[in-house]
Amino acid sequence: MRPRPLSPHVSVYRFQYTMIGSFTHRMTGIGLAFGLIVLAWWLAAAAGGAAAYGDASAILGSVPGKVLLALWLLAFCYHLFNGIRHLAWDRIFGFEKREARRSFRVVILAALVLFVALAWFLFFRGTGVAP
Amino acid sequence: MSLRSPLGEALGRGPAHDGVHHWIVQRVTAVALAVLTVWFVLSLVQLPLADHARVSAWIAEGSHPVCIALLVITATWHSRLGVQVVIEDYVHGRHSKVVLLIVNVFAHVLVAAIALLAVLRLVLRSFG
Repeated sequence: MRPRPLSPHVSVYRFQYTMIGSFTHRMTGIGLAFGLIVLAWWLAAAAGGAAAYGDASAILGSVPGKVLLALWLLAFCYHLFNGIRHLAWDRIFGFEKREARRSFRVVILAALVLFVALAWFLFFRGTGVAP
Repeated sequence: MSLRSPLGEALGRGPAHDGVHHWIVQRVTAVALAVLTVWFVLSLVQLPLADHARVSAWIAEGSHPVCIALLVITATWHSRLGVQVVIEDYVHGRHSKVVLLIVNVFAHVLVAAIALLAVLRLVLRSFG
Protein backbone atom coordinates (compact mmCIF):
# COMPACT_ATOMS: atom_id res chain seq x y z
CA MET A 1 0.00 0.00 0.00
CA ARG A 2 1.34 3.46 -0.79
CA PRO A 3 1.81 5.72 2.25
CA ARG A 4 -1.29 7.63 3.26
CA PRO A 5 -1.09 11.45 3.27
CA LEU A 6 -0.12 12.91 6.63
CA SER A 7 -0.90 16.26 8.14
CA PRO A 8 2.17 18.50 7.68
CA HIS A 9 4.37 18.60 10.75
CA VAL A 10 4.67 21.69 12.88
CA SER A 11 8.29 22.20 11.86
CA VAL A 12 7.47 22.83 8.18
CA TYR A 13 5.42 25.97 8.89
CA ARG A 14 6.92 29.44 8.99
CA PHE A 15 6.46 30.77 12.51
CA GLN A 16 3.54 33.14 13.12
CA TYR A 17 2.61 34.37 16.55
CA THR A 18 -0.98 33.07 16.27
CA MET A 19 0.61 29.59 16.42
CA ILE A 20 1.35 30.27 20.08
CA GLY A 21 -2.41 30.47 20.59
CA SER A 22 -2.86 27.02 19.15
CA PHE A 23 -0.03 25.41 21.17
CA THR A 24 -1.25 27.11 24.32
CA HIS A 25 -4.78 25.80 23.77
CA ARG A 26 -3.43 22.26 23.73
CA MET A 27 -1.08 22.76 26.67
CA THR A 28 -3.76 24.38 28.83
CA GLY A 29 -6.13 21.56 27.82
CA ILE A 30 -3.64 18.93 29.02
CA GLY A 31 -3.09 20.90 32.23
CA LEU A 32 -6.84 21.10 32.83
CA ALA A 33 -7.13 17.33 32.25
CA PHE A 34 -4.78 16.87 35.22
CA GLY A 35 -6.90 19.43 37.06
CA LEU A 36 -9.86 17.03 36.73
CA ILE A 37 -7.91 14.52 38.85
CA VAL A 38 -7.58 17.17 41.55
CA LEU A 39 -11.30 18.00 41.25
CA ALA A 40 -12.22 14.32 41.77
CA TRP A 41 -9.76 14.03 44.67
CA TRP A 42 -11.19 17.19 46.27
CA LEU A 43 -14.79 15.94 45.93
CA ALA A 44 -13.78 12.54 47.35
CA ALA A 45 -12.08 14.28 50.28
CA ALA A 46 -15.27 16.29 50.97
CA ALA A 47 -17.28 13.04 50.88
CA GLY A 48 -14.68 11.33 53.10
CA GLY A 49 -15.36 13.58 56.08
CA ALA A 50 -13.90 16.56 57.94
CA ALA A 51 -10.47 14.99 58.58
CA ALA A 52 -9.92 13.93 54.95
CA TYR A 53 -11.16 17.32 53.75
CA GLY A 54 -8.88 19.10 56.20
CA ASP A 55 -5.86 17.28 54.76
CA ALA A 56 -6.87 18.08 51.17
CA SER A 57 -7.59 21.68 52.10
CA ALA A 58 -4.18 22.04 53.77
CA ILE A 59 -2.43 20.73 50.65
CA LEU A 60 -4.39 23.04 48.34
CA GLY A 61 -3.86 25.96 50.73
CA SER A 62 -0.06 25.48 50.90
CA VAL A 63 2.18 27.63 48.70
CA PRO A 64 2.72 24.95 45.99
CA GLY A 65 -1.02 24.19 46.16
CA LYS A 66 -1.90 27.83 45.64
CA VAL A 67 0.58 28.14 42.76
CA LEU A 68 -1.01 25.12 41.05
CA LEU A 69 -4.52 26.48 41.66
CA ALA A 70 -3.48 29.83 40.16
CA LEU A 71 -2.01 28.07 37.11
CA TRP A 72 -5.18 26.03 36.66
CA LEU A 73 -7.26 29.17 36.98
CA LEU A 74 -5.14 30.89 34.33
CA ALA A 75 -5.30 27.81 32.06
CA PHE A 76 -9.08 27.73 32.50
CA CYS A 77 -9.49 31.41 31.60
CA TYR A 78 -7.39 31.03 28.45
CA HIS A 79 -8.93 27.73 27.34
CA LEU A 80 -12.43 29.16 27.87
CA PHE A 81 -11.95 32.26 25.71
CA ASN A 82 -9.81 30.59 23.07
CA GLY A 83 -12.37 27.76 22.96
CA ILE A 84 -15.09 30.29 22.18
CA ARG A 85 -12.78 31.66 19.44
CA HIS A 86 -12.49 28.13 18.02
CA LEU A 87 -16.28 27.71 18.07
CA ALA A 88 -16.61 31.00 16.15
CA TRP A 89 -14.09 29.74 13.59
CA ASP A 90 -16.14 26.58 13.17
CA ARG A 91 -19.00 28.82 12.02
CA ILE A 92 -16.49 30.40 9.54
CA PHE A 93 -16.51 33.59 11.57
CA GLY A 94 -13.31 35.56 12.09
CA PHE A 95 -11.17 33.12 10.11
CA GLU A 96 -9.35 35.77 8.04
CA LYS A 97 -5.70 36.26 9.02
CA ARG A 98 -6.20 39.82 10.25
CA GLU A 99 -9.29 38.89 12.30
CA ALA A 100 -7.59 35.82 13.77
CA ARG A 101 -4.67 37.96 14.93
CA ARG A 102 -6.95 40.53 16.49
CA SER A 103 -9.14 37.91 18.22
CA PHE A 104 -5.96 36.30 19.62
CA ARG A 105 -5.09 39.57 21.35
CA VAL A 106 -8.69 39.89 22.59
CA VAL A 107 -8.51 36.34 24.02
CA ILE A 108 -5.25 37.08 25.87
CA LEU A 109 -6.66 40.29 27.31
CA ALA A 110 -10.01 38.74 28.34
CA ALA A 111 -8.28 35.73 29.91
CA LEU A 112 -5.96 37.96 31.96
CA VAL A 113 -8.83 40.17 33.16
CA LEU A 114 -10.96 37.17 34.20
CA PHE A 115 -7.94 35.51 35.83
CA VAL A 116 -7.11 38.56 37.94
CA ALA A 117 -10.75 38.92 39.05
CA LEU A 118 -11.13 35.23 39.95
CA ALA A 119 -7.71 35.02 41.63
CA TRP A 120 -8.57 38.06 43.72
CA PHE A 121 -11.79 36.40 44.88
CA LEU A 122 -10.06 33.08 45.51
CA PHE A 123 -6.91 34.22 47.30
CA PHE A 124 -7.38 37.71 48.72
CA ARG A 125 -10.93 38.06 49.91
CA GLY A 126 -10.39 35.91 52.99
CA THR A 127 -13.21 33.43 52.31
CA GLY A 128 -11.31 31.29 49.82
CA VAL A 129 -8.51 28.77 50.20
CA ALA A 130 -7.39 27.86 53.74
CA PRO A 131 -4.88 30.30 55.25
CA MET B 1 -10.18 -9.22 -12.53
CA SER B 2 -8.67 -8.69 -9.14
CA LEU B 3 -8.19 -11.59 -6.77
CA ARG B 4 -8.20 -9.31 -3.75
CA SER B 5 -11.23 -9.43 -1.46
CA PRO B 6 -13.43 -6.32 -1.25
CA LEU B 7 -12.32 -5.89 2.39
CA GLY B 8 -8.67 -6.04 1.34
CA GLU B 9 -9.36 -3.28 -1.19
CA ALA B 10 -11.08 -1.09 1.38
CA LEU B 11 -8.69 -1.45 4.35
CA GLY B 12 -6.49 1.55 4.88
CA ARG B 13 -8.07 3.42 1.98
CA GLY B 14 -9.63 6.23 3.87
CA PRO B 15 -11.64 7.46 6.79
CA ALA B 16 -14.42 5.52 8.49
CA HIS B 17 -16.15 8.85 9.27
CA ASP B 18 -15.72 8.41 13.02
CA GLY B 19 -13.70 11.60 12.98
CA VAL B 20 -16.80 13.70 12.32
CA HIS B 21 -18.52 12.25 15.37
CA HIS B 22 -15.42 12.95 17.49
CA TRP B 23 -15.29 16.50 16.13
CA ILE B 24 -18.99 17.19 16.80
CA VAL B 25 -18.94 15.75 20.34
CA GLN B 26 -15.85 17.84 21.10
CA ARG B 27 -17.78 21.00 20.09
CA VAL B 28 -21.07 20.10 21.77
CA THR B 29 -19.32 19.34 25.07
CA ALA B 30 -17.37 22.60 24.67
CA VAL B 31 -20.62 24.60 24.49
CA ALA B 32 -21.99 22.85 27.60
CA LEU B 33 -18.70 23.34 29.45
CA ALA B 34 -18.59 27.06 28.66
CA VAL B 35 -21.72 27.35 30.83
CA LEU B 36 -21.04 24.69 33.48
CA THR B 37 -17.40 25.56 34.23
CA VAL B 38 -18.10 29.29 34.52
CA TRP B 39 -20.93 28.57 36.99
CA PHE B 40 -18.71 26.18 38.96
CA VAL B 41 -15.64 28.43 39.13
CA LEU B 42 -17.71 31.52 40.03
CA SER B 43 -19.37 29.51 42.82
CA LEU B 44 -16.10 28.03 44.10
CA VAL B 45 -14.24 31.31 44.46
CA GLN B 46 -17.09 32.64 46.63
CA LEU B 47 -17.22 29.57 48.91
CA PRO B 48 -15.33 29.42 52.22
CA LEU B 49 -13.22 26.55 50.86
CA ALA B 50 -11.52 25.71 54.17
CA ASP B 51 -14.90 25.08 55.85
CA HIS B 52 -15.81 21.41 55.32
CA ALA B 53 -19.40 21.71 56.57
CA ARG B 54 -20.23 24.68 54.31
CA VAL B 55 -18.53 23.14 51.25
CA SER B 56 -20.29 19.77 51.74
CA ALA B 57 -23.64 21.49 52.24
CA TRP B 58 -23.13 23.57 49.09
CA ILE B 59 -22.30 20.51 46.96
CA ALA B 60 -25.43 18.65 48.15
CA GLU B 61 -27.77 21.64 47.99
CA GLY B 62 -30.69 21.98 45.52
CA SER B 63 -29.67 21.72 41.87
CA HIS B 64 -25.92 21.76 42.64
CA PRO B 65 -25.33 17.97 42.64
CA VAL B 66 -27.02 17.64 39.23
CA CYS B 67 -24.95 20.51 37.81
CA ILE B 68 -21.71 19.12 39.30
CA ALA B 69 -22.51 15.63 37.93
CA LEU B 70 -23.16 17.13 34.47
CA LEU B 71 -19.93 19.10 34.75
CA VAL B 72 -17.93 15.99 35.70
CA ILE B 73 -19.39 13.88 32.87
CA THR B 74 -19.07 16.62 30.23
CA ALA B 75 -15.58 17.69 31.31
CA THR B 76 -14.13 14.16 31.43
CA TRP B 77 -15.71 13.38 28.05
CA HIS B 78 -14.35 16.58 26.44
CA SER B 79 -10.96 16.00 28.10
CA ARG B 80 -10.78 12.38 26.92
CA LEU B 81 -11.36 13.50 23.31
CA GLY B 82 -8.86 16.35 23.56
CA VAL B 83 -6.09 14.29 25.15
CA GLN B 84 -6.74 11.56 22.56
CA VAL B 85 -6.04 14.00 19.70
CA VAL B 86 -2.81 15.15 21.35
CA ILE B 87 -1.65 11.51 21.80
CA GLU B 88 -2.57 10.72 18.18
CA ASP B 89 -0.62 13.74 16.94
CA TYR B 90 2.55 13.52 19.04
CA VAL B 91 3.08 9.89 20.07
CA HIS B 92 4.53 8.06 17.09
CA GLY B 93 5.42 4.59 18.42
CA ARG B 94 2.73 2.17 17.29
CA HIS B 95 2.53 0.28 20.58
CA SER B 96 3.02 3.24 22.90
CA LYS B 97 0.28 5.09 21.02
CA VAL B 98 -2.26 2.27 21.50
CA VAL B 99 -1.30 1.80 25.16
CA LEU B 100 -1.58 5.54 25.88
CA LEU B 101 -4.95 5.78 24.08
CA ILE B 102 -6.31 2.98 26.29
CA VAL B 103 -4.80 4.45 29.48
CA ASN B 104 -6.38 7.77 28.49
CA VAL B 105 -9.87 6.23 28.39
CA PHE B 106 -9.41 4.28 31.64
CA ALA B 107 -8.03 7.28 33.51
CA HIS B 108 -10.90 9.54 32.46
CA VAL B 109 -13.56 6.96 33.34
CA LEU B 110 -11.88 6.42 36.72
CA VAL B 111 -11.78 10.15 37.48
CA ALA B 112 -15.45 10.51 36.51
CA ALA B 113 -16.46 7.52 38.65
CA ILE B 114 -14.60 8.80 41.73
CA ALA B 115 -16.07 12.30 41.38
CA LEU B 116 -19.64 11.08 40.77
CA LEU B 117 -19.51 8.66 43.71
CA ALA B 118 -18.28 11.47 45.96
CA VAL B 119 -21.17 13.74 44.93
CA LEU B 120 -23.64 10.88 45.49
CA ARG B 121 -22.21 10.21 48.98
CA LEU B 122 -22.52 13.88 49.90
CA VAL B 123 -26.14 14.00 48.69
CA LEU B 124 -27.09 10.85 50.61
CA ARG B 125 -25.41 12.17 53.75
CA SER B 126 -27.25 15.48 53.49
CA PHE B 127 -30.53 13.61 54.03
CA GLY B 128 -29.19 12.82 57.50
